[in-house]
Amino acid sequence: MSSRDVILGRVRRALADVSDDTPYEQAVDRSYLREHGARSVAETVDLLAENLADYRAIVHRCTADGLPAVIAGLLADRGSTSVLVPPGLDGEWLAATGVPRVPDRADSTAHELDRVDSVVTACTVAIAETGTLVLDGGPEQGRRRVTLVPDHHICVVRVPDQVVSSVPQALLRLDPTRPLTWISGPSATSDIELDRVEGVHGPRILEVVLVSGRPGAVTA
Amino acid sequence: MSGTFVGMPAFPEAAHDAVNNRTLRGNLRHATHTIRAKRAKAVAEVSDWAALREAGKQIKDHTLRHLDRYLVQLEESVTAAGGTVHWAADADEANRIVTRLVKETGETEVVKVKSMATQEIALNEALEAEGIRAYETDLAELIVQLGKDRPSHILVPAIHRNRGEIRDIFRSEMGAWGRPAPEGLTDTPAELADAARLHLREKFLRAKVGVSGANFMVAETGTLVVVESEGNGRMCLTLPETLISVVGIEKIVPTWQDLEVFLQTLPRSSTAERMNPYTSTWTGTTDGDGPRTFHLVLLDNGRTDTLADEVGRQALRCIRCSACLNVCPVYERAGGHAYGSVYPGPIGAILSPQLRGTASEIDASLPYASSLCGACYEVCPVAIDIPEVLVHLRERIVEGGPVTREGAKVVLKPAKGHAAERAAMRGARWAFSHPGALRAGQRLASRTRRFHPRTLPGPGKAWSASRDLPEVPAEPFRDWWQRTHGGKDAK
Ligand code: SF4
Repeated sequence: MSSRDVILGRVRRALADVSDDTPYEQAVDRSYLREHGARSVAETVDLLAENLADYRAIVHRCTADGLPAVIAGLLADRGSTSVLVPPGLDGEWLAATGVPRVPDRADSTAHELDRVDSVVTACTVAIAETGTLVLDGGPEQGRRRVTLVPDHHICVVRVPDQVVSSVPQALLRLDPTRPLTWISGPSATSDIELDRVEGVHGPRILEVVLVSGRPGAVTA
Repeated sequence: MSGTFVGMPAFPEAAHDAVNNRTLRGNLRHATHTIRAKRAKAVAEVSDWAALREAGKQIKDHTLRHLDRYLVQLEESVTAAGGTVHWAADADEANRIVTRLVKETGETEVVKVKSMATQEIALNEALEAEGIRAYETDLAELIVQLGKDRPSHILVPAIHRNRGEIRDIFRSEMGAWGRPAPEGLTDTPAELADAARLHLREKFLRAKVGVSGANFMVAETGTLVVVESEGNGRMCLTLPETLISVVGIEKIVPTWQDLEVFLQTLPRSSTAERMNPYTSTWTGTTDGDGPRTFHLVLLDNGRTDTLADEVGRQALRCIRCSACLNVCPVYERAGGHAYGSVYPGPIGAILSPQLRGTASEIDASLPYASSLCGACYEVCPVAIDIPEVLVHLRERIVEGGPVTREGAKVVLKPAKGHAAERAAMRGARWAFSHPGALRAGQRLASRTRRFHPRTLPGPGKAWSASRDLPEVPAEPFRDWWQRTHGGKDAK
């Protein structure tokens, strides 16, 4: 008998006393909240900014027209000499910086990525209540490793359309067949006497740019 | 069965030694109290905590009741997504499968993200015996591995080590495993973490095989989930060409939506954060992103035996958040090593003797490693009634009775050894010097008094054969006093 049959047989015998055939749909009381508290759209974005900052991400806000200048400034402030760029990233975002771009190629090795200073990506959804960015590997976010190996990650979030309040709302927007990375602040450890230290393995610096409006749109 | 810390004394002796170790006690006390206070705050932030806890319990219970169906569904969806599923009835089989898979890649080293399941089956040792070196990449696991030590806490495995000790371990041991510690390394946490970063990065960048566990597996989609803080998990899950995940069969949830419950309760219960820094989910393999080959090893190793116990099976709901460790007065004093298993604290006291059986002295003594104060039940995000299971297991050990071992029904004889008894006695001595725990314990003792033995096991048997043991009163004296005297003059 295969181990598969052994294990499934054991499970069935172990459950011989169970006569419960409540269908899944009725087995769980889902009266927990879909989001915590009532907020306006602007307040939800503010909460996102607050919770990101609380987890030691550095938060910036700008309009779409101001984005290239902000990104150029962030790269300059860090003294970056190279910036990794996912294939589908909006070219405009880097229009104001002269920092050499490194395209993310399928055949680039981990060692090559390790030599890059910064990476700029978009995200797919951001969760206000927990201060979380979710990346799904889409063309403007790149493969999972590009936001992992370089030490400085700049993530651009379009507000308010990419922002949801809560974890339940985020899961609804996500596609489980894609590889997902949820990021809440920079890499951190509390393993040494519970002192929090940033950046054991992932990026030590996470900067989040909350961008409102479309480029060229007239903002009041 | 592997997974037992070989040569471990039973809990009471191990605990006795640990309680006399001042450094250990100081480190533990600081850590558990800090996490405990933070956790309470993080939980208070969500007003629907009770509803989330109940939903988590219901999801897990439902899954366990139909585990065969969900296992088959998971196998189908993982396979459809490009992964390969293997079934391992016990630790040896799991180790054989993983060893074979690694050998097939031609590699002799693997990077590992912290995983309780692989610790349980002693995978590192099994790989080592076959000439394959497994590198632990979680900072605390690295400290434990370099220190030739054992983890003492689910979440912060090196909780028993202070910064000075860690610096000494890094200085003397790192060189033998790869990049040595930088010259003049001090004991500041930032410098220590940086030394670990440099040491491990070298390994991540060249690794071809990664080994992980998983916090959850979604039957509907075939998705696996790993929750972590440092990014070593992301490294192991995305940089290697081959990924092997070893996961206990109880880690299934039926649907993608179910994650909305656990991704809210797990981080708050464990690290007391709104969300842990990194969560990774993957469904089979993805072209051009991450490993090209993915293997899932589904591990039984005593889980189906645990499932067969109507009272004890609730232990399989555990999501390994470690909240119960941090509130446990016994764990706080004894430390994780005293439990002699990879699962320490209250959950270890009920899970280990069920997974491994109670044949050994340490396993038979574990259900006594508790004051039954009930704090573990209060904090548990999936509402496992740990005291109830402890009392149930004590009854089994003392009175004997039917249990399932490796799928077969056997009748356990009443404990002959003295382990349980001695543990009980020490437990009593400890409890009597801690009135708070005693009070709480008595309440439970009253509730469960029909389980208490009427005769003593072991050498006391002859004495008690002609005498009845005094019955536990229906109500503890203190409660009766409180009720009838309104607590007046009670002090
Ligand atoms: S028993 Fe409950 S509190 Fe303890 S680790 Fe498991 S889930 Fe957490």
